[in-house]
Amino acid sequence: MSSPNGNLNPKTRKYFISRRVDSIFISLHDVYQFIIRFFKEAALPPYELKELSRQCYEVGYRSLPLISLTGFITGFVFTNQSRPSLSEFGATSWLPSLISIAVVRALAPLVTALIAAGKVGSNMGAELGSMKVTEQIDAMEVSATNPFKFLVVTRVMATTFMIPLLVVYTAMVGLLGSYLSVHANEQTSWPAFFTQVFESISFLDLFSTMIKSTIFGFTIGLVGCYQGYNSSKGTEGVGRAANSAVVAAMFLIFIEEIIIVQIVNAIRIA
Amino acid sequence: MKNNNVNINKENPLISIRGLTKSFGEMDVLKGVDIDVYQGENLVVLGRSGTGKSVLIKIISGLLLPDQGTVMVLGKNVPELKGKDLIDLRLKVGFSFQNSALYDSMTVRENLEFPLVRNFRKLTKAEVNTSVEEVLDAVGLSQTINQMPSELSGGQRKRIGIARTLILKPEIMLYDEPTAGLDPITCLDINGLINEVQEKYRTTSIIITHDLTCAKATGDRIAMLLEGQFQREGTFDEVFETDDIRIKPFYDYNFTDI
Repeated sequence: MSSPNGNLNPKTRKYFISRRVDSIFISLHDVYQFIIRFFKEAALPPYELKELSRQCYEVGYRSLPLISLTGFITGFVFTNQSRPSLSEFGATSWLPSLISIAVVRALAPLVTALIAAGKVGSNMGAELGSMKVTEQIDAMEVSATNPFKFLVVTRVMATTFMIPLLVVYTAMVGLLGSYLSVHANEQTSWPAFFTQVFESISFLDLFSTMIKSTIFGFTIGLVGCYQGYNSSKGTEGVGRAANSAVVAAMFLIFIEEIIIVQIVNAIRIA
Repeated sequence: MKNNNVNINKENPLISIRGLTKSFGEMDVLKGVDIDVYQGENLVVLGRSGTGKSVLIKIISGLLLPDQGTVMVLGKNVPELKGKDLIDLRLKVGFSFQNSALYDSMTVRENLEFPLVRNFRKLTKAEVNTSVEEVLDAVGLSQTINQMPSELSGGQRKRIGIARTLILKPEIMLYDEPTAGLDPITCLDINGLINEVQEKYRTTSIIITHDLTCAKATGDRIAMLLEGQFQREGTFDEVFETDDIRIKPFYDYNFTDI
């Protein structure tokens, strides 16, 4: 960890293995400390409830227009693209089942998380990075307040709470888009469509999606805050923090998706 | 010349620094700093850019850790303080940042309330309002209470930054380049404000600057930080009665006719 007393000069600093390998382990250690600190600060009072509700509004409500558009188009287009393949086997009546499973299990959580990583994660990285550069975080610290609790804990909790809600909303809007496509082409009624949808979705699907969304939300908030809070000084550092917040969050979301899908499939088979 | 009415207690140093060193990588910034700052005194630290003036006050406020040395502030060694002890000390040490460091997303009122409501959670809304109005009045900016920092001028931002530290009624004030980037008239206003704060709130202050007009107007004592150590100390006239080529250009640049 880069302590204030440590030798930060790359030319004179001694390394255990090599500069690059050491820096990976130092970064992992920093992230580990950041996560531990988050749980410690989140558990201890006082709680910044007003700031938490403001962040929930920013993350949730402010994301609705983009999420609505993307969710609707995803459901509509996915239905249209799936129809030709199913019609070859005369199986277009299976469209509601196919779409509901795809939307609930994979599309809604992934699309929502990726959009949130781009919109919310970059915003957090840039905002905290900018506060660091302009000494606003130092100003909080010297006025005997806890910037970590106010800035980081509230933001990470907001994404952790709001992303699952946004995923539910995306799934609903996506299924609505799909229904409009199915209704226009197959003249399927609203009750018939949604009866088939709910019959296809199991409790495990819903449960795994909510768990997955919560993990995605935590990841987006944590990565965005970590990058911003630890950004190096200068405007270049702010840009880099915003960029790293998006890239790292997206990368981690895909890794988490793969792992969770494997676990859920194993449970399903068992 | 400074002419406010203050009482300096030369037997009671509130800040006492001994053998302070600080390096960043290969660069030794502070190389054994020793200094006392007495109760009620305004100490001006002068020096060229990059000589560690700001590093010094960041160490005093606990934002940076020194490599070696003791930094006694109000009887406590700052580098050894952690948790509640550090918070208690920070409540008594105000820090005015060079760029004011106002919270962009909050109004002036919210900026001022921020440290108060978080440190004194039992205060009523009326008590918080009274404190906010009092410090805004002290810095002469009552009319800006609902404005955003982006709507303020540089001088107003400095004043609000000072007001935000005053709201906790600190015993010690640390000013980092209080007149940097301001026009001469606003600089005079800020100098006056620093002296008013010293008189009204009975603060002990360290003022970091390379503005000699500010140093002359606000400093009870001047300390010249050169090559990582304090080389000269005394009144303004005492410090600049020298032919030292490291010090003389400061005076010549500001006060000699071109």
